[in-house]
Amino acid sequence: MSEILQESAAQLGARLTAGELSSVELTTACLDQIERVDPRVRAFLYVDAERALSSAAGVDQRRAAGAELGPLAGVPLAMKDIFTMTGAPTTCGSRILEGWIPPYNSTITQRVLDAGIVVLGKTNMDEFAMGSSTENSGFFATHNPWDNDRIPGGSGGGSAAALASFEAPLALGTDTGGSIRQPASVTGTVGVKPTYGTTSRYGVVAMASSLDTPGPCAREVGDAALLHQVMAGWDRRDSTSINAAMPDVVAAAQAADVRGMKIAVVRELGGEGYQPGVQQRFAEALEVLSELGAVITEVSCPSFDYALGAYYLIMPSEVSSNLARFDAMRYGLRLGDDGVNSVEDVMNLTRGSGFGAEAKRRIILGTYALSAGYYDAYYGSAQKVRTLITRDFEAAFTQADVLVSPTTPTTAFRLGERVDDPLAMYKADLCTIPSNLAGNCAMSVPSGLSPDDGLPTGFQIMAPALADDRLYRVGAALEAALKDRWGQPLLQGLASSDAGSYLVSEGER
Amino acid sequence: MSAELMDFAEAMELFDPVLGLEVHVELNTATKMFCGCANQFGSEPNSNTCPVCLGLPGSLPVVNGKAIESAIRIGLALGCTIAESCRFARKNYFYPDMTKDFQTSQYDEPIAAEGLVELEVDGEVFAIEIERAHMEEDAGKLVHVGGASGRIGDAEYSLVDYNRAGTPLIEIVTKPITGTGAKAAAVGRAYVSYLRDLMRALGVSDVRMEQGSLRCDANISLMPKGTTTFGLRTETKNVNSLRSIENALTYEIRRQAAVLAAGGKVTQETRHWHEEGYTTPGRSKEEAEDYRYFPEPDLVPVAPNHAWVEELRGTLPEPPAVKGKRLQQAWGFAAQEFADIVNSGSLDLIEATVTAGASPAAARKWWLTELARRANETGVELAELPISPAQVAAVQALVDAGTVNDKLARQVIDGVLAGEGEPAEVVVARNLAVVSDDSALTEAVDRAIAAYPDVAAKIREGKVQAAGALIGAVMKDLRGQADAARVRELIVDRLS
Repeated sequence: MSEILQESAAQLGARLTAGELSSVELTTACLDQIERVDPRVRAFLYVDAERALSSAAGVDQRRAAGAELGPLAGVPLAMKDIFTMTGAPTTCGSRILEGWIPPYNSTITQRVLDAGIVVLGKTNMDEFAMGSSTENSGFFATHNPWDNDRIPGGSGGGSAAALASFEAPLALGTDTGGSIRQPASVTGTVGVKPTYGTTSRYGVVAMASSLDTPGPCAREVGDAALLHQVMAGWDRRDSTSINAAMPDVVAAAQAADVRGMKIAVVRELGGEGYQPGVQQRFAEALEVLSELGAVITEVSCPSFDYALGAYYLIMPSEVSSNLARFDAMRYGLRLGDDGVNSVEDVMNLTRGSGFGAEAKRRIILGTYALSAGYYDAYYGSAQKVRTLITRDFEAAFTQADVLVSPTTPTTAFRLGERVDDPLAMYKADLCTIPSNLAGNCAMSVPSGLSPDDGLPTGFQIMAPALADDRLYRVGAALEAALKDRWGQPLLQGLASSDAGSYLVSEGER
Repeated sequence: MSAELMDFAEAMELFDPVLGLEVHVELNTATKMFCGCANQFGSEPNSNTCPVCLGLPGSLPVVNGKAIESAIRIGLALGCTIAESCRFARKNYFYPDMTKDFQTSQYDEPIAAEGLVELEVDGEVFAIEIERAHMEEDAGKLVHVGGASGRIGDAEYSLVDYNRAGTPLIEIVTKPITGTGAKAAAVGRAYVSYLRDLMRALGVSDVRMEQGSLRCDANISLMPKGTTTFGLRTETKNVNSLRSIENALTYEIRRQAAVLAAGGKVTQETRHWHEEGYTTPGRSKEEAEDYRYFPEPDLVPVAPNHAWVEELRGTLPEPPAVKGKRLQQAWGFAAQEFADIVNSGSLDLIEATVTAGASPAAARKWWLTELARRANETGVELAELPISPAQVAAVQALVDAGTVNDKLARQVIDGVLAGEGEPAEVVVARNLAVVSDDSALTEAVDRAIAAYPDVAAKIREGKVQAAGALIGAVMKDLRGQADAARVRELIVDRLS
């Protein structure tokens, strides 16, 4: 593995700007790493080396010509396969969309391209972002770089694994119930769910429209901030987009100062069912923050106990409607069109075969929840719970600047361990779901390896809507203090360990 | 195909009809409901489309502000209350003309509700209560190729044009209309006619039923006379003209009456109207889908502020009924004469022609006969003919001045329609002015007398009615460019 692959996106951007490094060199290094490592990790569904190198060369040329470029111009990125991008397939990890080449760029794709960021390819995910392990991908599962027998989290396991295996310094994700944060937690990377409405959903294939939030994934908090700044902003194409000034997340990450901040632990997000090693690292992180001058308190958010239940009514309801358009009529898979079958037959055959078990499960759940006679009891009640959760957050934020919890109750579980137990799978998102329901922002930062299994744990920070800068202030402070304590970033530990030896080529070790 | 029908008068002795009308109005906004594509009829199939109206994965809707404005104006003109805040909802069902397999519509929160329309039918006033007017998007258009029924089920294949997908629609729904008795069908027709005039006056829609920019679903049920519990209803679709509405309602009354009188039950269902004069069942409501409405999460609530609504109220035109009464009186037409004008959609044209100087009778004559025929022949609306009300008035002025006769005036109109210029220019260019020179006329008369001596003899004997043959000959001689009355005078003079 090339040395430069362990550097932060911010450092790489600085070196590119200084002319010490070319984007073509950097992109080549990433592509080489993908070629060497991805057969094991399987983070990518699609890599377009030619296109990546061509856009890298374009950035190098513009820089050579003296153009003023952004801090990430020329830095490569792995894109979750849910963002549309012209000239490349978008599958959302589903067979039903296989072969579809979108004719338009998502707003965020466009912003990323406009920033000169080099897109390496599209990363694997649970089908239509439904899952916590990438095992629901219609193509193949992604493997956790820390232990290839374990899941990389989901739905954005591909993006997180690409970061943790040094294939890319930046990645894009979407977070509907934890799909950015939970993979970040189990791979020792950083993941941010911005405030709902601050990152455009236009061109992001919808799973649950009222919850889906595109966000940045990175190895370091500062990198996430730089990417966050590129992604965020009002979009007239997304009616739910917020037309308001965005807080300066980059400055907040640079400040990394928690002195006097009130940090409250959410009582409901911990205790029974949480892996002891996860709890231990969480407690240590609190100590660190306290040492840094933060005031640690505790709050109760009683409605959070109902978050998972409400989420599994609202989300599938929206899923059942959003996934209706995959009907074989206009794009993607089409089965049974033999001139004899009726249009309904073709729809049924295509959907029956093209969707995986989890997609079908949620379509059925949602169809049921929205049915006449059940709507009030299910969808209606869930919306009430959603309101109560929002109020719990509001009340808690009068007492604290940010709320914290473990990101996910356990470290990475084994591939196959929960595939037949949807409820166990759903519990991976216990701590992340409340922020999606309320629309506020949250981040997962690495909090060290769990002593019981040596796998990464994540520390979740939650802040009010449009106060995304607080996440970065706390996250960067914690990250810096923990790095001092560990002597190196968590992922460098992986690269220099036996378990991570496959990530670096023989000669480098 | 025809079902058992009861005599209409007999049906009216036994039952009271309850009417309900759902009218869809396509708005004539420049762009579609949720995207920037042109909202245009008759374009190359699938040319007015984009990721949004094609429902491509990842695309999102953005509400057309102009459509909201039209919806509010329609709501106000119907006497509705405009919601302070309302939402869109998704109506979920699978069909190939739907790009998203749900229609973005409004459900429990329409933009306008609780209106009232008063109609006069044969001197009797009916109050039609409006339940709601809500916004939604149209679906694409399917063409089923092959197969006997023209339906999707037995088509060889189907073509779909998504140009119409996302066209802004306003659906106007009445409350059940009772107490119309034998006039139910006429009231139904009058109501739709009223809406058509209103939309036209508001300028919000082309309201062309034959193109589908105004569509009506006619609901009707019967209840035994003297009772007040509504019967099971049918919803008849595909009624694409005012006449069809009246005929379809009358047919359904007679059919349902026969079913009920025979001790049967009316099946609650959708029926299709056939221009040949009957309805056939569509999908029955028992197997109808559950639309699983829920608030559209991709759109935020629409909350028109009060000041804007009041500003729009100020832009409302004179209500068509009021305007109609005023003009009928001013022009001195009988009720039926005036109704013909309204039904032909030529009220505004005639008004403009009168303003340009023509008499109401002349203006009515030209637009309802000669020009209506031309519009029919070329399949366009009267307003689309390439002749302006001012030009029609000018043609009439030429007739009044004796420059041309009626027959020649038609040729002047030909010229104007062919783009040959103003009426006076056409008269010169085509040399259409009547021969007013008596000596030229007298010569032509003499030629005719010489050519038809036996006819001339009859006239000399006092059979003046025989003059017609000679007039004809003179007119032919002068290529129609003569005043027939003057020719008659000259013939009689010559032979007396």
